[in-house]
Amino acid sequence: MARVFMKGCEAIAEAAVRAGCRFFAGYPITPQNEIPEYFARRLPEVGGSFVQGESEVASINMVYGAASTGTRSMTSSSSCGISLKSEGISYCASARIPMVFANISRGGPGVGSIHPAQQDYFQATKASGNGGFEMLVFAPATVQEAIDMTYKAFDYAQRDRNPVLILCDGVIGTMMEPVVLPEMKTDEEVAALKEANKEWACIGHGKDVKRGWIEPGHWRGQENANIEAAAMYATWEKDVQVEEYMVEDAEIVIAAYGISARTSQSAIDILRKEGIKVGLIRPMTVHPFPYASFEKLDYSKVKAILDVEMSIPAQMVYDVKQAVKDRCPIETCLRSGGEIMSRNAVLAAVRKLNEK
Amino acid sequence: MAKVEIRSESCKSCQYCVKFCPKGVLAVGDKVNAKGYEYVVPVNMDACIGCSICARMCPDAAIEVYK
Amino acid sequence: MEKVYSRTTGICKDMVSGFCPGCMHGTVIKLIGEVLDEMNVMDKTAAVLGIGCCGLNMEYMTYDNTTAPHGRACAVATGIKRANPDTLVYTYQGDGDFASIGLGESVSAANRGENISVIFINNGIYGMTGGQMAPTTLLGMKASTAPKGRIAEEHGYPMHMCEILNQLTAPAYLERTSCNTPANVMKTKKAIRKAFENQLNGKGFSMVEIVSNCPTNWGLDPLDSLKFIEEKMLPEYPLGVIRDK
Repeated sequence: MARVFMKGCEAIAEAAVRAGCRFFAGYPITPQNEIPEYFARRLPEVGGSFVQGESEVASINMVYGAASTGTRSMTSSSSCGISLKSEGISYCASARIPMVFANISRGGPGVGSIHPAQQDYFQATKASGNGGFEMLVFAPATVQEAIDMTYKAFDYAQRDRNPVLILCDGVIGTMMEPVVLPEMKTDEEVAALKEANKEWACIGHGKDVKRGWIEPGHWRGQENANIEAAAMYATWEKDVQVEEYMVEDAEIVIAAYGISARTSQSAIDILRKEGIKVGLIRPMTVHPFPYASFEKLDYSKVKAILDVEMSIPAQMVYDVKQAVKDRCPIETCLRSGGEIMSRNAVLAAVRKLNEK
Repeated sequence: MAKVEIRSESCKSCQYCVKFCPKGVLAVGDKVNAKGYEYVVPVNMDACIGCSICARMCPDAAIEVYK
Repeated sequence: MEKVYSRTTGICKDMVSGFCPGCMHGTVIKLIGEVLDEMNVMDKTAAVLGIGCCGLNMEYMTYDNTTAPHGRACAVATGIKRANPDTLVYTYQGDGDFASIGLGESVSAANRGENISVIFINNGIYGMTGGQMAPTTLLGMKASTAPKGRIAEEHGYPMHMCEILNQLTAPAYLERTSCNTPANVMKTKKAIRKAFENQLNGKGFSMVEIVSNCPTNWGLDPLDSLKFIEEKMLPEYPLGVIRDK
């Protein structure tokens, strides 16, 4: 298969189009501007519809509308722009509307920094909006993964009738790498996917057919809706994705996702040559979190976990603590506010741990 | 000859139909429906001309008209 | 005898609505149903309801509908129409939904000339939440968040949405009507039909602003609320066609 050289943001957009995405609405914000720009050129080519919404708020609501017709739909933003979408995402989750969105994350909080960061972990995995709903959240560490995860996200969204989030830091979003693009779904396949949603879609059924009622809140029976959704969330353990790199004999285990994991992996290759037994657990789904990977570590061998994230205060470390419990000390190696994690920082942190 | 049928359970006694009927066919009755409204009843059906103004004004779609 | 006026099939049979006595939400949703019946398009219609008393219609209408986040109905309708152009999409919004929180989405959808129909219910007050001031509350009119009444220096002036949208190039049709008299009820029905026909003919953004009432939060009984429309609301919000391309 042909390899092409693509930027993360553009690759995400192309993967979405190939997965059958035929509606995108978004608003410019750095570092994800290439996503709406790419869709603006590409969607008309495949008979899809692109709208530059007047704001992130308007955009998520356009997606709520388009997705409720059964059309594969997507929006994207960065950090503070994702905050603006909170209510709309919550509505999609409540109304059980399939849609995919991407956060190309940057420094925060507030307008923060336009440079990459991993400071949206809590927002992404715990509280993308009010009401306690959950989503599958994928965290790519390469442009290829960004493509593969985005492509499959639409299937997950359709399967669960739920929003799915691609949590992609600004480094992966703006870097260029050689990649292989997935097969483009044919027009017939795309039409069939939409047809499969016809029963619940809000497109006009009339009065003698089961109505397409999209209800983002249930006047009578919100609790029942919550119970039903919770049961669906509970099935996601089977969807956990994780990479375990050199953990079999590791004495120090790094926990990292996205670009931090990439940097850590590079550090591990150097440290191993120095004889330091270090490995990496890389959540590829940050929700559901790969607790099992931490469960099966041999804590008689593992003397420390190093949580490497581009977030101060650290966020993923809480899930790591929950996974590890008291079985060994957990240290952190952090950058924040748009400062990129350097390999030297990881090397220094592991070497320091190793001396203890 | 014409007549109206008022669905008493839907009526909220707003009296738009009473006010706008050109022939004085309708009036607030003295019985209440399940919601507690004194629903409107025809008191002068013979005068009805089937103009349907009552049905058009009704916010509760409570009235159907026959001619 | 034959039936000369039937209940529309667009409202659930045996509906007993939660609207207050005299509330024109019920009148308008009935008229919309009648228009859809007469145009025979109910099986391709989707309504986008705003938040407020307008949202109660979710349970009364027999055809497809969705509830948009507060203020965002025009954006949601944009998404539905762009993704499924065959659907007849209309929004049904109150004054807070359309002109306050949703002002950006409303003006932007109108500016883009989205081929949707907007039914904007203007009763100068927030109903569902208990009578707070709306962008369309009249000067001097009391509201729970303007207990001394709307004062221009503090609260600004009532907003005239038909006239505001009339500043944009794209909109095809803007009309203001009311349901306070039988004649005006018929004009409202005609305007709704025109807005829907415009959409089917691809003419672009159409809006019917309906000067309505809120007996409960106006502190008036239904018949007095009709007088208030006549004497106070209509001088501020004159009825008529503002634009018809």
